[in-house]
Amino acid sequence: MSALIPPSPDRPSPPRLHRREAVAALLEGRGDLLVVAGLGAPAWDCAAAGDHALTFSLWGGMGLAAMTGLGLALARPHRRVLVVTGDGEMLMGLGSLATVAVQAPPNLSIVVLDNERYGETGMQPSHTAHGVDLAHVARGCGFAVAATVVASKDLLGLRASIHQGAGPIFAVVKVHAETLPLVLPPRDGAMLVERFRKALQE
Amino acid sequence: MSEPHDLPVDWPAGVHRALTAAGVSLVGYVPDAGHKRLIELCHADPTIRAVPLTSEGEGVGLAGGAWIGGARCALLMQSSGVGNLMNALGMARECRLPLAVLVTMRGEEGEANPWQFPVGRAAPALLAEMGVEVTRAETADAVVPAVEAALGRIYSGRDPGDGSAMAAVLIAQRVIGVKRFQVEETR
Repeated sequence: MSALIPPSPDRPSPPRLHRREAVAALLEGRGDLLVVAGLGAPAWDCAAAGDHALTFSLWGGMGLAAMTGLGLALARPHRRVLVVTGDGEMLMGLGSLATVAVQAPPNLSIVVLDNERYGETGMQPSHTAHGVDLAHVARGCGFAVAATVVASKDLLGLRASIHQGAGPIFAVVKVHAETLPLVLPPRDGAMLVERFRKALQE
Repeated sequence: MSEPHDLPVDWPAGVHRALTAAGVSLVGYVPDAGHKRLIELCHADPTIRAVPLTSEGEGVGLAGGAWIGGARCALLMQSSGVGNLMNALGMARECRLPLAVLVTMRGEEGEANPWQFPVGRAAPALLAEMGVEVTRAETADAVVPAVEAALGRIYSGRDPGDGSAMAAVLIAQRVIGVKRFQVEETR
């Protein structure tokens, strides 16, 4: 069976959210929140919600978003840290879910915007299109909270958990496979780093 | 009668002191027998958070996140793990992350596992090609000065023309000792 064959039609596709709306809802009134945006569409979604000195946007390092969030959460235990990434990026860093769960940082949340596609490279189905359940993986790694969100009414609760809940928190947000206008964050990595460090010292 | 210079050098204790003195508060590692004592010292030190990784590339994310949060992170691995680092080092280089990598070498003299040769032999060139400054410690007493120098370089200002603040210290296999493969004869 070719990996390019779309998922079986007999598997009902779950309801889905629009990614830009979901990210805007999660980042609304972000306050002290520190954000790591995984490469590709999640970074564009975060930029569309408003470029911010305390959003570290990755343009590479695929698979490292969760680990970057872990390093930040351990360095800043009194700040809340949110990683926003995609299913393909998370799949490349599955081991990091085990690493994060073992460290169990109470101030870290990981949100995977799951469109079941490699959206930047031609919308090829990812493993999640074939049934791989990232929330289940996270639970198996030891995340106390690992949920899949398919309804916009649940975003408010997820946002509250990101700001106040006992982490580490893992959530998959099922989103449409849609191609949206690019909203790009700055792409100079050294600048993004220095901007972030400076903003944290202020 | 043994002279002082004949005493075994406790390089893991020295490296641990060097890390602490440089303000390193996070150490990411994939275990290697050569790093066993240093890993234990890091775990026992309340000023250091020692983080076991499933793969070496994770360490670059860990170090990057720590750095933007204002903390310093060093990485420990064996030479085979250098092969797992490559794309992650691209992120570190573009972001000019200070990165200290301590590598215990395999695939050198006395190596009994031929699968360790390819990446062991390529490791210095792979690191150098990605912009990591590579130093080798051929003897136990060379390890600590090499680590101190590497930490000093990456954390004390950076050459804006270089675009990289990464340093690796490769600890020769003869410093660590050779892994024994004891096979019981079954007849």
